[in-house]
Amino acid sequence: MIMMSCKDATRLVSQGLDRELRFGERVALRLHLAICAGCENVERQMELLREAVRKLGAEQDDPKR
Amino acid sequence: MPPPTDFRAQIEGQRDYLLRFATLQLRDSHAAEDVVQETLLAALTGAASFAGRSNLRTWLTGILKHKIVDAIRRSSREPARPDDELEGLSEFDPLFDERGHWRDRPSPWDSPEGALEQKEFFAVLEGCLEGLPAKTARAFMMREHLGLETGAICKELDITPTHCWVLLYRARMALRQCLATRWFGDKDPEAR
Repeated sequence: MIMMSCKDATRLVSQGLDRELRFGERVALRLHLAICAGCENVERQMELLREAVRKLGAEQDDPKR
Repeated sequence: MPPPTDFRAQIEGQRDYLLRFATLQLRDSHAAEDVVQETLLAALTGAASFAGRSNLRTWLTGILKHKIVDAIRRSSREPARPDDELEGLSEFDPLFDERGHWRDRPSPWDSPEGALEQKEFFAVLEGCLEGLPAKTARAFMMREHLGLETGAICKELDITPTHCWVLLYRARMALRQCLATRWFGDKDPEAR
């Protein structure tokens, strides 16, 4: 099996946040992420981005006020 | 019973903030003015439901979200304009070489959870969002801030699901690059 490229892997990471990936896509992506630190970083960073944007607005309050 | 004057003044004091925030999402200053006006009116008439329950800005931002969703629904009924952002959905992407490998491999971020505790981080994030192309930003904010499903976003923006995923992908890649540079202190890739 040919390893997927980083370009395709990051696309799947992103789409995984928007739709359910097919079984084959999930397996191929996990295999790639297991050996690719760069793409694994991107996965974590996209998740953090999601968390940050959800908090945008609410988190900018000064809690002491 | 009319809301007390100081409540009115407090609400009015959040206007600039709400306006900036609405503009970020709608990319249209008139539409943003409208939704903020609606939000402030709703807040005044609904003052009783606030009753010190939560932080004022959080409460107002919550109302604003609903008003923005309404505004997006209204505007999507207008005829779609020709669209540059969907053009050139080409395979070329400067981040990757011709075989699809990183030209410059992303590094891990230092203390990402700590960033979410800092107001300055969110200011940087807003700056990065402002730098996105309008439609890309709208798709992204609808998905990640308003929490709409891709199906709804496609409909509102009048694009196919594939285009929608491409816009969301581009937004995420651009934002992570922007945050890496402006907040997490990656060196400029050019400088390496």
